[in-house]
Amino acid sequence: MATDALLEPDEKIRLKGSAIVAAIKASKIEFVLSVPDIVTSEGLLRPIARDPQLRLIRVCKEDECIGIASGLYYCDKRALSLIQYTGFLDSINAIRGVAVEYRQPICMMIGLLGHDPETTPRNSPRYGVRIIEPILDAMGIPHHLINDDGDVGKIRPAIDDAYAASHPVALLIGRRPS
Amino acid sequence: MMKRDECFRILARHVTDEIVIATYSSAVDWLELGERPLNYFSVGAMGLDSSHALGLALGRPDRRIICLQGDGSLLMNLGCLVTIAAVQPKNLIHFVVQNGAYEANGGHPIPNTAVDFAAMARGAGYVQVHAFSDLANFAQQAGHVIKQDGPVFATLHVEPSKPLTYDYPNLYDAGRRAALKAALQQ
Repeated sequence: MATDALLEPDEKIRLKGSAIVAAIKASKIEFVLSVPDIVTSEGLLRPIARDPQLRLIRVCKEDECIGIASGLYYCDKRALSLIQYTGFLDSINAIRGVAVEYRQPICMMIGLLGHDPETTPRNSPRYGVRIIEPILDAMGIPHHLINDDGDVGKIRPAIDDAYAASHPVALLIGRRPS
Repeated sequence: MMKRDECFRILARHVTDEIVIATYSSAVDWLELGERPLNYFSVGAMGLDSSHALGLALGRPDRRIICLQGDGSLLMNLGCLVTIAAVQPKNLIHFVVQNGAYEANGGHPIPNTAVDFAAMARGAGYVQVHAFSDLANFAQQAGHVIKQDGPVFATLHVEPSKPLTYDYPNLYDAGRRAALKAALQQ
């Protein structure tokens, strides 16, 4: 409480990276496939790289994540693609073919670079962010906004459902996790 | 110069319980040699065959994975060479079938038909790198190549093949995907 009192409202920790990592592990994710994203760099990617329970595969381009995750799916191994929204846009054809048309549980955690977390992604000041949810809707991909600690509880059910029903899912990270 | 179907007939003599990933023209020629549940044709997007192969190699380190990738496909996903080399999967054998053409898309040439994929793989960090353009030599080496500790890379320099019939609904049938998954759960 004393620490909180010293912080301006926008300095308060609103989204704990440690809680997200715990939710990823609770979802039985074994592999994290990633191209670095400044939104999730410090709060997620660095701790994941150090975590002995998760195997981080660094890829050169985000659509590689979709192919690797699919290969792992055939082996009953769970994977999460940790990417930026620009990488999601670049990977649309791979997601269309592998995740949507073949109905595979491709799980994506997508950093919304430049998003104002005080508004919704559809009303984001950044064009690239504004189009993400409409694109996901058009592709029939379920998506969930992870903007505050209260949203972290959505992660495990979303991933479990993706694997149970064999469909892709997108978890949109609306602010930089601590 | 070799022919792709001739190379695959030689390769097939050595394949037993390996998972074989192939797309487009390579998938058509490989399927000609026989149906098997451990064939994986459903890549979903051009260029991703090698990434699917890496996922399988990571998920099943007890099995050997053979990727039969076209040169046009590899050009769409050159970064995979660096990713695979970084992971160093011992069980991955990555063939690129270099015919210099987008054969399934009208036979137009790739941007540089003289590109040296083996040099790229070597520079990326593949452990074993080969290039074959003589069928007798490939016949002599094929069994050894697919048993090496990987990641293994091998270019097969081939001439464009006879016109093929691409039965994509059959190649990418959901039943094949289910058969592969079932086979991997045994």
